[in-house]
Parts: sequence; C-alpha cells; structure tokens
Amino acid sequence: MISYRHILAIIRKELLQLRRDRLTFGMIVMIPLIQLVLFGYAINTEVRHIPAAIVDQSNTDVSRALVQMVEATQVVRFESRFATVAEAEGAIMRAEVRAAFIIPKDVSQRLVRNPAVGARFSQGATDTTARPVAQWIADGSDTLVAGAIRSLRTMPLEALLRQPSTRPTPTFEVALFYNPEQRTVVNIVPGLVGIILTMTMIMFTAAAIVRESERGNMEMLIATPIRPLELMIGKIVPFVGIGLIQVTIILGLGWALFSVTTTASVWTLLVVTLLFIIASLSLGLVISTIAKNQLQAMQMTIFVLLPSILLSGFMFPYEGMPEGAQHLADLLPVTHFLRIIRGVFLRDAGLADVLPEAAWLIGFAVLGMTIASLRFRKRLD
Amino acid sequence: MSEVVVETHGLTRMFGTKTAVDKVDLKITKGTVYGLLGPNGSGKTTAMRMLLGLLKPTAGEALVLGTRLPGNAEPLKRHIGYMTQGFTHYRDLTVLENLGFIADIHDFGGRRKRARIKELLDTYDLAAQADKFAGEMSGGQRQRLALAATVLHRPELLFLDEPTAAVDPETRRSFCEQLFDLVEGGTTIIVSTHLMDEAERCHQIAILDQGRKRAEGAPRDLMARVQGRVVEVSGPDLRPVRRHLSTTTGILSVAQVGSRLRVLVAPETNDPQATVAAAVAEFAEIQTQPTRPNLEDVFVLATGERAAERAA
Repeated sequence: MISYRHILAIIRKELLQLRRDRLTFGMIVMIPLIQLVLFGYAINTEVRHIPAAIVDQSNTDVSRALVQMVEATQVVRFESRFATVAEAEGAIMRAEVRAAFIIPKDVSQRLVRNPAVGARFSQGATDTTARPVAQWIADGSDTLVAGAIRSLRTMPLEALLRQPSTRPTPTFEVALFYNPEQRTVVNIVPGLVGIILTMTMIMFTAAAIVRESERGNMEMLIATPIRPLELMIGKIVPFVGIGLIQVTIILGLGWALFSVTTTASVWTLLVVTLLFIIASLSLGLVISTIAKNQLQAMQMTIFVLLPSILLSGFMFPYEGMPEGAQHLADLLPVTHFLRIIRGVFLRDAGLADVLPEAAWLIGFAVLGMTIASLRFRKRLD
Repeated sequence: MSEVVVETHGLTRMFGTKTAVDKVDLKITKGTVYGLLGPNGSGKTTAMRMLLGLLKPTAGEALVLGTRLPGNAEPLKRHIGYMTQGFTHYRDLTVLENLGFIADIHDFGGRRKRARIKELLDTYDLAAQADKFAGEMSGGQRQRLALAATVLHRPELLFLDEPTAAVDPETRRSFCEQLFDLVEGGTTIIVSTHLMDEAERCHQIAILDQGRKRAEGAPRDLMARVQGRVVEVSGPDLRPVRRHLSTTTGILSVAQVGSRLRVLVAPETNDPQATVAAAVAEFAEIQTQPTRPNLEDVFVLATGERAAERAA
C-alpha cells in the first residue's frame, strides 16, 4: 500500500532543503538554546528587589532600624526618599518606584503598643489601641508585586527591640518535596520542553507543507503517483527527529547550566516526548490543510501558542484558573504534556502514573491525523 | 486509424458563478501535438487540470487514456506527465537531486534510476549543470530540467502549461524540436499557449476564449478559412488611417505591424480588398494588397464571431 521508497524520497528531500535553509536550521538549535538560557535566568516567580521609596516622618533611630530590617528581607530595595506622602504617590504613578514605605512620626509609640512586640513591655496594650507600626503604599496593578509587599505585613519585629526571639512554634510544618530550594528554573526547564516543542512542531510542520502549495510544488506533486499519506509521513518524520534534538538540548542545558537533574529513565522520557511530538505534529498538519500560505500558518500557530504558554500551567498554576479556562487549557496538548513531563522528570512518576494524560495525547494525535487526512486531497479544488 | 487518447464531452468548470471552462468538446489523437490557444484567463489551465484529474468538472466528462473523469484519477498518474506553468520543482535542490527525487516518486530504483537520469541529462543538455541548484540556472536550463523531470517516467500523454512563457525565442525553438522528438517516440502532447507562432507549430489546435472553444483544427486549415480576407495597408502616415478603419463597418480588426496595417475583413464582405480600398480612398498615397493570413487573424475572427453572437 504505502511505498517506503516514496516516503524516503520525501524525507531525503526535506533534509536536503533543511540543511540548505541556514536560518531555519539555526533556529532549530537556537530557539531551545536561547530560550532556555533566557527563561532559566529571567523567569522568577519569587519577586525580589522591588524598587521602593521611603517617607520617614519620624526620622529616629527606631525608624532607621526599621528601614534596615525591611531592606534585609530583600523584598524591596529603597531607591529614593521623600518628605511627603504626596511626593511618594507621584513617584509610584510615574513608575519610578513600585511601593512606598511610610513611617509615621509616632512610630516609637506605635511600636511599644504593638501586641506582637509590646506585650511584655506594656501590659495595658490592647487590640483596640494597637495600630500598625507603619504603612505601605504599593502599585497594586501587578498582583505579584502587591503580593510580595503584602507578605511584609506580618514581618517579625523582635529584632528591632533587641530582645531575644520569642517566635512561636509554627502552626504547620511544611516539607517541600522535589524542589526544596524553591528554584523556579526547576519547574521551567521541563515546562520549556513543552512550549518549545509546541512552537517548532506546529509551526515547522504547518509551514513546510503550506510552502509546497505556496510555491506550486504541490501542483507538480499531486500530478505524480505519490499518495497523501506518504507525503505526510515523509514530511513529519524529519520533524520528529528535530523535536528530539531540541528536547536533548533543553534537558542537557538544564542540567549543565541550572543543575536540573532527573531520575527518570531515558526511555520513559523518550516515550512521553514522542507522544507529545506526534500530537503536536498532527495539529500542525491540520493547520497546513487550512492555511493557504505560510503567513496564515504562522498566525494560526501563534493562535495556539499563546494559550499554550499562558494557560497550560507553564507560567501560572493550572489550578488557579477558573473552571472555564481549565476546560480550554485541557484542549491544548501541551497542558497534558506538562503534567506528564513534570511528573516524570521532577516527581519520578512512571509511565503507569501518567497514563490518563498520555491517553489525551494519543487522542489528539489520532483526531489530528484523521482530520488532516480527510481534509488533504490530491486535488486543487 | 488513429487512436483517440483524450475525448471530452461538455466539459464545464465553474468557480462560484464564474464559468472558467464552458461545455468544451475535444478529441485528441495519439502522437500529436495538440495546442490550446487562448489569452490569459481563457480557461486553458483549468481545462488541463480537469484532464489531469486535479480539478473535478462541474459538468460533462472526459476520457483520458481510457480513464473516465470525474473518477479515480490515481492510476492515470503513472501514464501522464504534467509540466506546470512556472517552475515548480525545487529551486534549492540541484538538477541531479530534483531528478533523483522524481525518479524515486516514479519507483525508478538503482541501476534503472541512474541510467534514466544519465539519459535525460544527455538528451536535455543538462550534464554540465548536474550539480547546480535549480534556482541558480537560467530560464532555459530550468525549463529543460522541468521537461526532463516531466518525461522521466516516459508518460504516454504529456501536459505542458505555457511551457515557453519564461524563455527567449531561441530556447523556444529548440524546446519545440524536443517536443517533436517525443512525439516521434509515440507521446501525445497537449500544450497550452498564448503565443501564435508556437500554436502554429502544433498538429491541431483549439482556440479557447472565455472558457469556450471558438475554433478547432489544423493551424493550416484554420488559416485557409481566413484566406483572402486579410488586407495589408501601407503608406506614409498610417495613424489616421488606422483610426478611420477601426470605425468602418465590415472591418473586424486593424493591427499595426511595423510600417503596415493588417486589416481583417468580416466574412460577409464580398470583396475584402475593394472594401478596404474604398475605405481608405480619402487618404493620399495609401496602397492595399491581400496578404497571407496567420493564426492571429484566425483568433481575431473566432473571437469576433463571439462578439457578433453576443450582439445578436
């Protein structure tokens, strides 16, 4: 039925063309390389060194000590000093700083009345008379920044009064599995495998087939005895290879640069990655049967790529999204792949543990291939 | 007894409400060069694509090498060759790589593949360019490569869509000779063109205009029908003459060819030369004489008849 000679002929031709297309060839290597280095260093969900301003209305030893303590948390970095609250608000509005720390004149009195520290010194302090020691104004439009500033609300103040720590026993004990040092890059590296494969597999496949129609090659090809299935297989096999090369680059660099390691076996990784590559390729094939030119193929790829980055759980936790968005995210192959790869790569899960997610990927692949081969006709009309 | 390789009945193709090919009947016999002559947009390419099985006819049917269309065109593809308009092989592959790819697609393997490619490189004078990228070759070389790739599997029926649109006249002539070599080997060739001199070399032509077949026959026979109706007008200042003639009734067309005017007189006129002479009598130093018709005249007449038909 299917001629291996035909498939091999297409594969050989694709590889020859790819080798001569320097830019594309370069992108295959550079996309994972640069993006991994970039995202590995750049993306940090733990916000630090937020530029902030000080409005110190008290200007005492206590206030200066308070500023030093806040700075020691590394959450903010004080960059400027203003005399009035209005000036600080102006600086926030102009985005010179993201937050302002306002220390009132009576900071010392407030401090001793504060139940957190003052209990031992002034027995008379009650909740009704206690007021916060100082105030933060923050640019709340960025919820991450706002959250970081808010985390300062319950900052312990014992050190300020040079008294021995009376920190109570924590209510909960928290054990952080899989990423005890809380490095964002540990989550980013396997996630990036999913994102980069989504991008290259869908875009390259779609563009490679659309290019044939755009340049008229398809008209020549469909007048020959080649079968659509042979053409499709021949077109996607090289990209499966490319996908595996990219995965190797990402995981290899993740290990070399960021010491992200795994105990998963190469075979398990290979199986799950191949599943995802095939699911993505079939989506690329579907796009190629709809798009009329490479620009359209590109637009459709971006249409899939943006939600793949933002909704899949790569950037933000899937669980934090509203239910509707979660259903939408479930329609993206990468959402399922991220669960699989993070499970296998970081949490030592076996193939059996990720079976339901793998079933989704197989479903996508079968559906995509079916739609693509139904839509692809050896005709021009 | 000549064998018919292509036969169509009422072949029609619509694109939306536009009729690209309108009830065309064709009969093409084996071992001939059959030309589809018509201006751009006359339906030549669409007609060809229907015969190749690449487009489904809206109405009518075709019998190509015994295969009924519309129907399963796949078995047909081993016996036909299609050279598309413009170069549609791979510009980023070399001549050898392009031919090798096509050979694989047509299941030529090993020794047979090498022998056939070598033969083609010799026949089409491409041996020196074997390792050159198709994209870096001249138009003529690219055209020879396209022809070599199209005939690699020795098709019985060859479709050439405006094969000489991008090459110089010298190349065009040698290309025609290569086509006749193929015909001698028993191949039937269907070629579309808008060039009159190229059409004149065909055994048979069909004139297409706005999707309809306007005339059909051997170029010589078609020209014979216009015999005596073409009058050449010469003189010092022809521009006013031309303007005057084109508004005269009974005159189908006036075309300037060098320092002469070529005037085609309508069929209902009894004495064409006298008609033209009478029309130009008011101009000084103007001579008229009958001249040999060419395909352009046939074409103008065929499309002129259409104009008359529309008016009626």
